[in-house]
Amino acid sequence: MSSIMRESHIMKIHYLTALVAVGFVIIHIMVRVMQGFSDSLLFDNVIANYKSIPYAIVLEAMLILISVHGFNGLRIILLEIKQGRVYENAVTYGCLAAMIILIAYGSRTIIMASMGMV
Amino acid sequence: MEKDRKEGIKGMANPGRYGIERVAYWLMRITGLGLLVYFIGHIYETSSLLDGKAAWNSMLELTQTTEGHIFLALVIGMCVFHTGNGIRLMIAEAGFGFGKARRPDYPYTPSSLNMKNKLCIYVSIGLAALAMMYGLGVMYDV
Amino acid sequence: MAAIFPVSSQEKHEKTKPSTKSITLRISKFNPGKDHATTFLEFPVSYEKWTTVLDAILEVKNYHDHSIGVRYSCRQAMCGSCGMIINGKPKLACFTKISELDSDVVTVEPMNNFPLIRDLVVGFERMFSTHKRIKPYIIREDSEISSGAKEFLQTPEDVEKYIQFSGCIKCGLCNSACPTMAVDSTFIGPQGLAQAYRYIADNRDQGKDERLRIIDERHGIWGCHFAGSCSQVCPKGVDPAMGIQLLRGYLLGYRK
Ligand code: SF4
Ligand code: FES
Repeated sequence: MSSIMRESHIMKIHYLTALVAVGFVIIHIMVRVMQGFSDSLLFDNVIANYKSIPYAIVLEAMLILISVHGFNGLRIILLEIKQGRVYENAVTYGCLAAMIILIAYGSRTIIMASMGMV
Repeated sequence: MEKDRKEGIKGMANPGRYGIERVAYWLMRITGLGLLVYFIGHIYETSSLLDGKAAWNSMLELTQTTEGHIFLALVIGMCVFHTGNGIRLMIAEAGFGFGKARRPDYPYTPSSLNMKNKLCIYVSIGLAALAMMYGLGVMYDV
Repeated sequence: MAAIFPVSSQEKHEKTKPSTKSITLRISKFNPGKDHATTFLEFPVSYEKWTTVLDAILEVKNYHDHSIGVRYSCRQAMCGSCGMIINGKPKLACFTKISELDSDVVTVEPMNNFPLIRDLVVGFERMFSTHKRIKPYIIREDSEISSGAKEFLQTPEDVEKYIQFSGCIKCGLCNSACPTMAVDSTFIGPQGLAQAYRYIADNRDQGKDERLRIIDERHGIWGCHFAGSCSQVCPKGVDPAMGIQLLRGYLLGYRK
């Protein structure tokens, strides 16, 4: 990754994803608390939540932002722990792959639930 | 023949010895990793929605236990600390809040380890504790 | 002067008058070429208010165990040779008084995160070559020494911007305390990064872009997570952590 991007660009993304994600997490938590925490977890309520398009967009955005931020953070820690070309490439591409898989897996839930395919 | 005296992961992960800033560094790492684990778990947990009501309810049963609540409270704490300390770091790493560089005089108090930063760390820890208590309150309908 | 008696021998050293206060000095011994494990030699050392840890080590070396490996030169926190771990923390031996340690046992070990040469002496090649990598000199096309040129004038305010960072004596204590350095020896480290800032902040210098390119890589400036341990231990008030954060301002676009 860092052969394509300078480390400072990656860090700007790291900071930005964090800031925006915090905003979305606050919305996410507020929505749950306002419904009453245990009620908000009832199956029908959750499905209704997903069917509201703006909320589904919030969820999807959060999924992408936190995945990018989280796996980049993991990459940073892992690259510090050990060095070497093969290891560093494995960590970099491994984190990138994990990030994409998690986003894909989460998106599947969001898209299917919001389209009523449950 | 020379022998490298690299402190290793044990040295990196030892929060003692160098003051509250090093503790904050350690907490930032731990909470970050903890939150990533929770995040992955949370996405897996919510995916049970797609398998219908029964699957969702049995997943809920798994998480709506005392241990589950304690874990969630910890997640809330980790999230609040990681956010609070993260904002401090973003401001500091942009180069703000240190005052001007100046000719140092003995006994050399480093301005990067200033009270503003220390206060932010303590406030982040305090807020995390409060948020955990509030979270437990909400989970147990107090 | 401190008077020292080795544990094994009960004979008194005749010329020196023992002080009333004494500590046990524990010295780490390890020769990577010969030994299998680190051992600690113990010496009771009496001390005065002004006795430094280096004084005590040299007393032991002079009168009791010549084989102890220790590096020093200026004895006044100027040359950066005598950094070591004193009671668990990186300090200059010549700049640390025994009386201020407030402990009956003083343990000295070689600095962490450096290759060990012998006993208390570590190798500085890696730190020096990293230091060189960030181009620690004024970069510009014209020069003060070409004929007809005038010296580059600076106002006191201009000097103030970097003078703090130019106090670095390359003792390596900051690198020894740094948590990133503890695992990643390819990291530039607080010493080198603070020096990168020292030259970039100098208004005579024109090498900013060059240096920023060097430090903006995988094991460069972003390996700093502002744990502040470097500034905690720096004996010269350089405050490397501050320099690094100010340096980041350029890369994030807050500074020009
Ligand atoms: S910045 Fe301070 S601790 Fe680091 S090498 Fe220079 S003088 Fe020593
Ligand atoms: S002997 Fe020169 S710094 Fe200690």
